[in-house]
Amino acid sequence: MADVVLIDAGGTNIGSVQYALQRLGVDAAMSGDPMRIRAASHVILPGVGAAAPGMARLRMNGLDRVVRELEQPVLGVCLGMQLLFEHSEEGDTACLGVVPGVVRHFPRDADLRVPHMGWNRLHLERDDVLLRGVEEGDFAYFVHSYAAATGPHVLASSEHGSPFAAVVRKNNFCGMQFHPERSADVGARLLENFLSL
Amino acid sequence: MLTRRIIPCLDVRDGQVVKGVRFRDHVVMGGIVELALRYRDAGADELVFYDITASPEGRRVDRDWVERVARVLDIPFCVAGGIRSVGDAREVLYAGADKVSVNSPALERPDLIDELSVAFGVQCVVVGIDSLRDEDGCWRVRQYSGDPDRTRALPRDTLDWVREAQQRGAGEIVLNCMGSDGVRDGYDIEQLARVREICSVPLVASGGAGAVRHFVEVFREAGVDAALAASVFHAGDIAIPDLKRQLAEQGVPVRESGRRG
Repeated sequence: MADVVLIDAGGTNIGSVQYALQRLGVDAAMSGDPMRIRAASHVILPGVGAAAPGMARLRMNGLDRVVRELEQPVLGVCLGMQLLFEHSEEGDTACLGVVPGVVRHFPRDADLRVPHMGWNRLHLERDDVLLRGVEEGDFAYFVHSYAAATGPHVLASSEHGSPFAAVVRKNNFCGMQFHPERSADVGARLLENFLSL
Repeated sequence: MLTRRIIPCLDVRDGQVVKGVRFRDHVVMGGIVELALRYRDAGADELVFYDITASPEGRRVDRDWVERVARVLDIPFCVAGGIRSVGDAREVLYAGADKVSVNSPALERPDLIDELSVAFGVQCVVVGIDSLRDEDGCWRVRQYSGDPDRTRALPRDTLDWVREAQQRGAGEIVLNCMGSDGVRDGYDIEQLARVREICSVPLVASGGAGAVRHFVEVFREAGVDAALAASVFHAGDIAIPDLKRQLAEQGVPVRESGRRG
């Protein structure tokens, strides 16, 4: 049985992620304690809100270093995924840097509605166990104004004006820009896949 | 491509879902969790729970049912009604709601929108606007529309308020066109299209859905991002899988409904 720890980085969706895991039969603990986080089999960094306060909150508790050094599977959700990259344009914030790339605001184009809010299709870019059972064109629920471009670590992309990273993975670090906890059965499948890593 | 959303709105009173016409004469429809799951299974993209008594009576949204919904529901949901402060919003968001919607309290104190967007991010902040066309042809905002005896017209121009709400940090606007609400004669395409022109955040149409063609019209002609409706879904007049199939046939991008096997 997975021993999952949710890191409280101030995101309001932490409860929703916890409930989604409960629906999969996993009781996840919430913790900000480095010892407890290091001892977990799987670590999830949920997040809703802005990059700068999110990183500040991690740094305040020394959790930025703790997360960088983790060797077990780590999943960043929404803002949590953005924090895995090197830098975010939001508040000009240095992030964790465990996945190469930068996070930028969607183009300020009159025809492009921002936040990107709603159900959008996943386009599968690379084979990975994290995407097992997920099919080309499956839908996920997104709510965000910033995104990372596609790149070598992108397993699945989505499109809003231009393609952006929807699922990333570098070694043990995984990220989902959408909300798996709110993406119906596709989201449940992705969380299950993460727990099987 | 981002799909257009279908959002059933569930009016909640005393922990149960109720329905009424033109905000009056409410009858109990059933349990919140049961109805939420039924709409999820039918392919609803999102749900809005509106505590219809909370705002006029100054009551707070009861957190218990929000958490019960969040535990079982795996699609996003928004809670409206009775959110007057960052503290109120925090309670609802931490209980598992994805967004909060503010209406009358934001008119009383517009700074509320700024405070909510700073505290939680614009993506959590929905501003609901009740709007009605006055005899001079201008659309103006109504306040306390949850209670017909307290509803009052404001001098505030709807378009001005839509602009201001966005500047203050609204991440989504729900425009409830009161002239068409509850009469099932179609959405107010003219008003929604006008608001769409000045709205850079997602715009949700509300008020007037009575037939499938009304949804097709509002997406194609007013360009809204989502359509909210209550009675046509609650009464079973429109089944969401059928609605989505017809929208897709008419070229409106929608999430294929129903559960994947």
